[in-house]
Amino acid sequence: MEQNKQVNVVGAGLAGLAAAITLAEQGVGCRLISAQPSERAQSVLAEGGINAALDTMGEHDTPAEHFADTMRGGCFLEAESAVRNLTDHAPEVVRWLVRLGAPLMAKDGQLILRNFGGQKKKRTAYAKASTGKIIMTALIDEARKYEAQGLIRRYPHHELTGITVEDCNLKSIAVRDLFTQEMRAFTGRTILCTGGLNGFFEGMTTGTTPNTGNAAAIAFSAGVAFANLEMIQYHPTTMGITGKRMLVSEAARGEGGRLFIMRDGKPWYFMEEKYPELGNLMPRDVISREMVFVKREKGCEGEVCLDMRALDEFVWQHKLSDLRAEIIAYQHIDPKTDPVPVSPGIHFFMGGVRVDDRHETNVKGLFAAGEAACKYHGANRLGGNSMLGATFGGRVAALSAAQSAGHSEETVLTEAPPEPSHPECRAELREILLQGLGIVRTASEMQKAEEAMSLKCDAEQLTAIDRSRALLGLAMLQSALARKESRGAHYREDFPERDEAFRKLTLATCENGAIRLRFVSADAGEVD
Amino acid sequence: MTYTLKILRRERNVQASYWESFTYEAVSEGDTVASALTALNTSTSPKNAEGESSRPIEWECSCLQKRCGACAMVIDGRPRLACDALLNESKTGELRVEPLRKFPVVCDLTVDRTILYDNLKTLRLWPSVEAELADECRDLAYESSECIQCGCCLEVCPNFYAEGPFFGMATVPLTTRLLTELSPADYREIARQYAKHTFAGCGKSLACKDVCPRRIDTEKLLVNANALAVWKRKKEKRK
Ligand SMILES: Cc1cc2nc3c(=O)[nH]c(=O)nc-3n(C[C@H](O)[C@H](O)[C@H](O)COP(=O)(O)OP(=O)(O)OC[C@H]3O[C@@H](n4cnc5c(N)ncnc54)[C@H](O)[C@@H]3O)c2cc1C
Ligand code: FES
Repeated sequence: MEQNKQVNVVGAGLAGLAAAITLAEQGVGCRLISAQPSERAQSVLAEGGINAALDTMGEHDTPAEHFADTMRGGCFLEAESAVRNLTDHAPEVVRWLVRLGAPLMAKDGQLILRNFGGQKKKRTAYAKASTGKIIMTALIDEARKYEAQGLIRRYPHHELTGITVEDCNLKSIAVRDLFTQEMRAFTGRTILCTGGLNGFFEGMTTGTTPNTGNAAAIAFSAGVAFANLEMIQYHPTTMGITGKRMLVSEAARGEGGRLFIMRDGKPWYFMEEKYPELGNLMPRDVISREMVFVKREKGCEGEVCLDMRALDEFVWQHKLSDLRAEIIAYQHIDPKTDPVPVSPGIHFFMGGVRVDDRHETNVKGLFAAGEAACKYHGANRLGGNSMLGATFGGRVAALSAAQSAGHSEETVLTEAPPEPSHPECRAELREILLQGLGIVRTASEMQKAEEAMSLKCDAEQLTAIDRSRALLGLAMLQSALARKESRGAHYREDFPERDEAFRKLTLATCENGAIRLRFVSADAGEVD
Repeated sequence: MTYTLKILRRERNVQASYWESFTYEAVSEGDTVASALTALNTSTSPKNAEGESSRPIEWECSCLQKRCGACAMVIDGRPRLACDALLNESKTGELRVEPLRKFPVVCDLTVDRTILYDNLKTLRLWPSVEAELADECRDLAYESSECIQCGCCLEVCPNFYAEGPFFGMATVPLTTRLLTELSPADYREIARQYAKHTFAGCGKSLACKDVCPRRIDTEKLLVNANALAVWKRKKEKRK
């Protein structure tokens, strides 16, 4: 055991756990730091499944086809080398989860795979409607083994509050104990696994509240490079409940749910009319956009609704019973007898901390994985690929960090914790971002939002964290403005076509308090 | 409809608690205690029912849809998830909201549930070798993976107290999962710890069964865990 080697892992969802366990397997110790315990991480919400070309369904599936689907889904906005690495290793990742005891659906020792959006063959391993939860349970149990050995040390109510960088090298991170308010600093290699940027869109995402985006804002201000910040995936069918958007899973449409809007007093099943072949099962971004467009059409009124009245009893009892219970509880509508109003909600962030093929950032010694990182998913991620990316990425980041890991110091700081972010400021930033980063974007709206955000960045009386958040928000808007084309999740009415000249990543950095934005090759495995 | 939340509050590092009431105007039929707390905390200084500025209400939440266990608290005397407690269930429009009582209070409604995790470690709940899951055990392993470690079951358990020798229902699902996935030779130590810390202290009141927010069939998991760990029944015979 290399007792003296110690790595910090921030975030204890799928990516953080995979990283911590992988470090422990190498005999490298780690601090597993998270705002809340793993049981509360967003990863437990994943329902649909995890992709790997295991070819157990007699369809002759191969990693090469998984690769092709992922590249196409992501609109070729990622290096082939990275995606190939992911899809080639996917079967091994899923087998690892099975060895750890995740009870994925199987028969006679063979995993059962199902169809999932954007993929031609059955390659999604799942467990009823709780795939993320049962995988997390298996990883949490495995991590406990190493906790007992002292290799993994949990800091389960600790929030990242600072990152210190000198000459592009990571010096230390600071964390606050949310229970005692005590501050600590840790030196050494660090892996950021802090999830998506939900907190920038409070109440508007399908994800969890502890993913505040603060960690990303802190990293950005410290000089860490972010890519493709404009790439935000909206899921077409979500329902608003106070504090979040609740996902109405694709399965509801897969089983026969139909989208309509009232036009001239009659329901108009617009997806079926516009896309006779795939209808309600078109890709997420296409449906989300159509939902915006039909609301503008003459004679149309009210919300878009999901009509599930024709689904049979067997489906309600055996496949969608949880969904029905949730809709009844939170919306007071029984989907068996009444249509359910739905609208698109923010579901996944393809953009984030840019990492190279080893998952290291432009700051040496700082790594990132999972939804916090920008890797693998290009301009749009396929359902089932994010759990894969988080698990695989966490493992790669851990192996890379382990190579150069050394001794790490822990210091109790005497300083007071930094002032927290203000909810009023977060709400203002959210409104500005929503204006510029909707499903259908226009230059004028984005410009207005950019101006408002610039003003916010310069405003007096902002707490340090709110200023960092405004800065990262500005980088999101500038990235969207700079991409003068439509690709994947980024759709502009003034540039509705894809333009090959823009098959590049937007790369944003913060240099002396100012944002530097440039385009970099999508084919490079390096950050810049 | 306007609801009043009477919240039992406590400042950090202070022993005494006090009640403070807040009002919340519901925006939808689906509004829960979590909706009210979220809305109140959109201000840095939420106003209490008397119209005075107060400090934000500390509570834990994450998924807001009954999947993560963060928001467990005692609502009108019953341990529940705040995001599962519909306001319109209240007949009077006034709800009493308190932190879970079996764990130390950190601040307001946030409690320190560390003991849950310490107990799981004492029970040595991890796979010592690779798991081997037979098809007929898969459903049981699935169901026992669903526990969210919220602590509601311990709140109503007549025998559980923090730091006590009896660990309560919160450890049973994970035990059951490992018992179904490992061979008797590989779960011998888990079984020994289970007999000592769970089986021995359980009076089978099954109060846990009524409160589990995930509707886990605690009785079934308990029966299976007892059969495998204590009575050494063979797995093939169990469903
Ligand atoms: C409803 C829903 C359904 C989904 N279904 C699927 C699916 O079927 N298949 C699929 O592949 N993907 C799915 N996804 C996406 C997938 O679940 C996530 O992308 C993935 O789980 C992210 O894992 P992660 O480890 O990167 O982050 P998370 O699981 O989000 O974990 C983030 C961690 O970071 C911690 N953290 C955050 N900020 C800080 C901070 N400042 N300081 C300290 N700790 C911090 C959190 O406490 C948490 O522990 C779904 C997502 C949602 C919301
Ligand atoms: S916030 Fe997750 S259970 Fe309530």
